[in-house]
Amino acid sequence: MPSWFILVPFACILILNLAPKTWMSRFAFWLAAALACAQLILAAGNQAILQGVVDPLAKFFNFSLAIDGLSRLMLISIAIVVFAALLAGRYTIATAAKRFNFTNLVLIALIGMNAVVMSTDIFSLYVFVETSAISLFILIAANKDKSALEGAFKYFILSAIATVFILFSIALFVLLSGGTSFSLIRAALAGQGGAFLARLAMLLFLCGIFIKSGLVPFHGWLPDAYSSAATPVSILLAGIVTKVTGAYVLMRLVTQVFVLDARTQNLLMFVGALSIIVGAYGALGQREFKRMLAYSSISQVGYIVLALGCGTPLAFAGAAFHLFNHAIFKSLLFVNACCIEKETGTLDIEKMSGLSQRMPVTAASSLVASLSTAGLPPLAGFWSKFIIILALMQAGKNTYAITALLASALTLGYFLILQRKVFFSKPGEGVSGVKEAGTGLVLLELSLTLVTIGVGIAFPWVYNYLILPIL
Amino acid sequence: MNLNLILLIALLLAAFWTVLTIRLVRSVVGLALTSAILSVIMFRLGSPLAAVFELSVCSGLISVIFVTTISFTSRVSKERLTVRRRERFVKFWYLPVILIAAGLALMHLSRPPVFKFPVASVTQDAQSVLWNLRHLDLLGQVVVLLAGAFGVVILFKEKKDER
Amino acid sequence: MSVEPLQLFWYFGIFIILISICGAYCILATFNLIRALIGFEILVKAATLLIILAGYLTGNQALAQALVITLIVIEVVMMVVSGGIVLWLYRYNQTIDTRKLSNLKG
Repeated sequence: MPSWFILVPFACILILNLAPKTWMSRFAFWLAAALACAQLILAAGNQAILQGVVDPLAKFFNFSLAIDGLSRLMLISIAIVVFAALLAGRYTIATAAKRFNFTNLVLIALIGMNAVVMSTDIFSLYVFVETSAISLFILIAANKDKSALEGAFKYFILSAIATVFILFSIALFVLLSGGTSFSLIRAALAGQGGAFLARLAMLLFLCGIFIKSGLVPFHGWLPDAYSSAATPVSILLAGIVTKVTGAYVLMRLVTQVFVLDARTQNLLMFVGALSIIVGAYGALGQREFKRMLAYSSISQVGYIVLALGCGTPLAFAGAAFHLFNHAIFKSLLFVNACCIEKETGTLDIEKMSGLSQRMPVTAASSLVASLSTAGLPPLAGFWSKFIIILALMQAGKNTYAITALLASALTLGYFLILQRKVFFSKPGEGVSGVKEAGTGLVLLELSLTLVTIGVGIAFPWVYNYLILPIL
Repeated sequence: MNLNLILLIALLLAAFWTVLTIRLVRSVVGLALTSAILSVIMFRLGSPLAAVFELSVCSGLISVIFVTTISFTSRVSKERLTVRRRERFVKFWYLPVILIAAGLALMHLSRPPVFKFPVASVTQDAQSVLWNLRHLDLLGQVVVLLAGAFGVVILFKEKKDER
Repeated sequence: MSVEPLQLFWYFGIFIILISICGAYCILATFNLIRALIGFEILVKAATLLIILAGYLTGNQALAQALVITLIVIEVVMMVVSGGIVLWLYRYNQTIDTRKLSNLKG
């Protein structure tokens, strides 16, 4: 069953490219969207199907894949964000040829991310992390304007440095354990947890992943890449790719493979707290909508890493849930950016005002997403932040808990300022001809908003169904 | 052992030359040379398949890619080159200092830590490992090549109406 | 090999560290984008050597070779994509000097 999540999109790409171009251009979007929906339904559905069904392909292919609770949550998040990105791309990208390329590259990123969340081998994990990253470089640069190319190159060179760190650490793991699968490495590290080489290998890997997830002080590439990419690509990049290739890998490895001793925990908590603070301050002074969202992303990933560093099962559940929520509300915010950009032609905050009268749905969904980011009840974001802060206090790390709480207040502050300026002030001259975005985008915004509110209200059910299987 | 040492020193010197030489094309030639020496070292370490791959791909294909990219981007004039070289060396003066300091510190370590390396009980040949055990990596390679193909189509095609 | 594995590891290890420093220096100390890519290539070569060394020392050369082959394929695709990006940057700015490319600020 796990290999279907990789092989079916792969088969789709082959079909899309080998069949005559004229049919396929119109068909491509629907096929990809159907794939994303199918993944969502399968992953959110009966757990027995995922693990119980005998895989007819298992005789031919020897894939080292496994789906557990965390993978399942990630598969759901990936499906939602990919669907959102595809839909946004359909209504935003101008020519059919570019849409076709976009769909194909998004499918490649989908294959990469699915394989990352299901992999049980550290080198295969790395290969598919690179696959997703390469498809993202191409997607960012496909825009071919000056800032997009620079953003893509910055992302590339920093990602390349992270790659080298990860490769060095994989080589050291092979040296220590004689293999690359998670179980072998776990056994080897548990045996010699304090040895110099083991520590060095873990540290190098952590540094590589910090760069890839955009944590402070390696976050230099993130605002540039997020803001200079075309907005559908930003949805994909911000919503899921940075989270899967960064935060998820960290979660998987730190808890299940590496030795989580006090030093590692302190490092993770410090880096997490630093990212929360720097992200929150960085977002305050931004003029451009997407750059502000980028700094806010840095802050939210800081929460995930802070919770991870805490080490208790409750904190881990909080981190995973926050990852899921972040995928949803960040994609919603970027879809709003997409609508605004499409209708007003600019993303400069100073130039926009009073859009709520012209674009009511966008304004409402943006408000819901902002409040969810800041952690207001009864929205989804409140629950995940609450669990994280509760777990931190239970573990006795009160300073970190208070920092997280204060940063939450700061987040609420800057988002409310943003909302007021862009949506809820008096309409200025620049927005006279603006109307609401097209039906498809409005429906997308509405559905994401409903998911945010729904997950928040139905939290006990969500907790039992999605979060507990992780532990 | 002596041969390995000579090869390693040659590798290091080739890397130095690649980094320090002024003209880009010479740098690429240095990179190809580094790949060739690395492939000889890999052969001596019992990895013939990887050595051949490295030689043909890195010394060959990647150098071609670099030379193509360089030929499309123009060359800088000689005078600006020499100024930049001086600037470049002066700017990072602390790097060799750190290097020497690290070397001295290492020499003063009482003795390097000792480990036991796990030795594989079953010896297999590379072909069987690659084709039978690591299917996921193979799929990954195919997907990466697919992504590269898209990249080439999107990034290298220049349409008149796109500029 | 007449030398025991641990000593071999430290000999190779020192050279690998030196080569990595070369590559890192190349990336940091250059204003030319293509030279940054060459520096990255040198770093990857150091990592390749470390993987092969790890395979040799644990007797697992087959696994190491499989890893290196996959790695080289990925490296080629990365170089192609980044070469494309550099080409377009040159076409827009007529220069690949990082001091002159500063479109993104803040």
